[in-house]
Amino acid sequence: MAIKKFAVAAYDDEEVLFKAVSKVRKSGFKLHDVYTPFPVHGLDVALGLKETDLHIAGFIYALCGTSTAVGFISWIYTADWSINYGGKPHFALPAWIPVTFELTVLFAAVGMVLTFCYLNQIMPGVKKHVFHPRQSDDLFVLVLDINNSAAEAEAVQFLKSTHAIETSVQMAEEGWWYGSWDKKEQYELLNA
Amino acid sequence: MHLKYESFVREPLVDGDKDYHQVSEDIIAPIERAPGRMWYVGFFFAVALLLFGVFSVTWSVYWGLGTWGVNRTIGWGWDITNFVWWVGIGHAGTLISAILLLFRQGWRTGVNRAAEAMTIFAVMCAGQFPIWHMGRVWDGFWVLPLPNTRGPLWPNFDSPLLWDVFAISTYFTVSLLFWYSGLIPDFALVRDRAKTNLRKKLYGLASFGWTGTAKNWQRQEALALVLAGLSTPLVLSVHTIVSFDFATSVIPGWHTTIFPPYFVAGAVFSGFAMVNTLLVVTRTILKLEDYITIGHLEAMNKIIVLTGSIVGIAYLTELFIAWYSQNWGEMAAFQWRILGPYWWSYWAMMTCNVVSPQLFWIKKLRRNIPFTFIMSIVVNIGMWFERFVIIVTSTYRDFIPGSWSYYNPTWPEMGFYLGTFGLFFTCYFLFAKYFPVIAVSEIKFVLKTSGENFKAKMLPQEDKSLETFVHDAHAHHDEEEHAPAHHYS
Repeated sequence: MAIKKFAVAAYDDEEVLFKAVSKVRKSGFKLHDVYTPFPVHGLDVALGLKETDLHIAGFIYALCGTSTAVGFISWIYTADWSINYGGKPHFALPAWIPVTFELTVLFAAVGMVLTFCYLNQIMPGVKKHVFHPRQSDDLFVLVLDINNSAAEAEAVQFLKSTHAIETSVQMAEEGWWYGSWDKKEQYELLNA
Repeated sequence: MHLKYESFVREPLVDGDKDYHQVSEDIIAPIERAPGRMWYVGFFFAVALLLFGVFSVTWSVYWGLGTWGVNRTIGWGWDITNFVWWVGIGHAGTLISAILLLFRQGWRTGVNRAAEAMTIFAVMCAGQFPIWHMGRVWDGFWVLPLPNTRGPLWPNFDSPLLWDVFAISTYFTVSLLFWYSGLIPDFALVRDRAKTNLRKKLYGLASFGWTGTAKNWQRQEALALVLAGLSTPLVLSVHTIVSFDFATSVIPGWHTTIFPPYFVAGAVFSGFAMVNTLLVVTRTILKLEDYITIGHLEAMNKIIVLTGSIVGIAYLTELFIAWYSQNWGEMAAFQWRILGPYWWSYWAMMTCNVVSPQLFWIKKLRRNIPFTFIMSIVVNIGMWFERFVIIVTSTYRDFIPGSWSYYNPTWPEMGFYLGTFGLFFTCYFLFAKYFPVIAVSEIKFVLKTSGENFKAKMLPQEDKSLETFVHDAHAHHDEEEHAPAHHYS
């Protein structure tokens, strides 16, 4: 966790943002991240991000759920404590389908949501720097990492050339930390 | 960028001249202002009902279930009727958010948040009934897959009642996760707009620290799609399993293979009706008519007339099969249903569920708001009677005429039912005040393809011939990408 210097540009249109992203990628500036108020389709491709593997994790969790249910119930009814229900077989697979299905879905959903939170580093109590208060409202915010670079003015100039409606330079914590959202952080005083 | 072309035959999903900021303003504003007098009146009325419910349940537990009208012949009365009714209502939310997502139905974006909330609250209400119907509620943990204290004796995994435990609890958990994973970005919006410290703190906690990076959104969409894929069979399985509670028994009137699809259709029917009841009021009070349009209500009315007709066919099929089977018990059960001492409940069900929804074939009525509201309540009265008919009129005349009986609910049962209304509306009032009742980020996502003003911008495109349109699109593409000339053959 480190406090770094960032150059921030805000755009009010996705189309301008896409052009800016491709310019940044050609420019040699280090792109920190792009923040948008809603999922912008194609942005992940434009940024060169890989497709997420979250659904594969979901599939694995689902298999865990299936095998837990079938393994657990069959162990109970064939090994641990067999009960004769109306002369039906102890290994009554068709009767276990509902519970097996429900546990498959339950494991997949819970596992995926936890993985989603872990990968995105989100949790109650987690705090991250918000580069622009309107990044969740109507602005698309592109952030350049200009740490250890004297070319601060150059970066801002570059961002202005991409038709940003607003640019700024900010000191910010780059990762996440535990904190309350109503408290100002120490480093934020640097931006005042 | 928006290459998705949407036909003008489709009405806009968002009315008025909106930009992204206006969408945030419209939907978040009710959270940021003090609630009106109507909210307080409604909320305190709901809390009063809830407290009366708590009193009735306390009474029932203290004196035992002898305070209820159920007896040895009619073992299930209002309790299980209400359970099935509430679970059924709880089907619309996940259907809207999951199945309609997979079917790419754009109109779901306006209503999915409130409908999912409704689902969660309805399942919470439903869960109360089997729990308190246990009587010795302190032994309720016996339904969990734990070995009990008399030896490693486990619950019966072959029993539909235990499947129900798994189905309802899974459904509740998955719906909650689905709902909340969509809420996180909207809570971040409320947090970033917040003027007061308390609001910043609380919505900061609720938003989990979401900032909305490109990768965040990519994962969020992947999660929503897979959860939708999981919830789709889940929502169908839940009422299927509820119907197994009846269908796997050998009681005439219950022992039929038609139950699973018939229950699921009925659940969707009543769930959409409840969504309409809530949204007609919510859109007016929170001034969200531009987002929950008459088109949205009409779409749900279409589903109501479809599922109502399915339910109607199921009723007639049941009657036909009872006759076709030439089984004495089966025929008698249906004859008594229609003409016996409970004839009024059967005919209330038939009128409300089969006859009156057919009026929705008329477009004018589908788009008429007062009529939609009245029908939504009529449908839910009808669906309550359906469950009452299935449960009580199949059991009140059992195999020994000497034990034939008649069932009347007592005040603790009625109070319990009213109490779940209190629980439901208390939760809904809190939701409407403190939560974004419409998925803001999803509305913004469809705004440029389905908003009224953006559709209007497409009018010049609409006038072009196909040839010029295709030509323009390609020329534009080349210029933008600075790509070498493509070779179109």
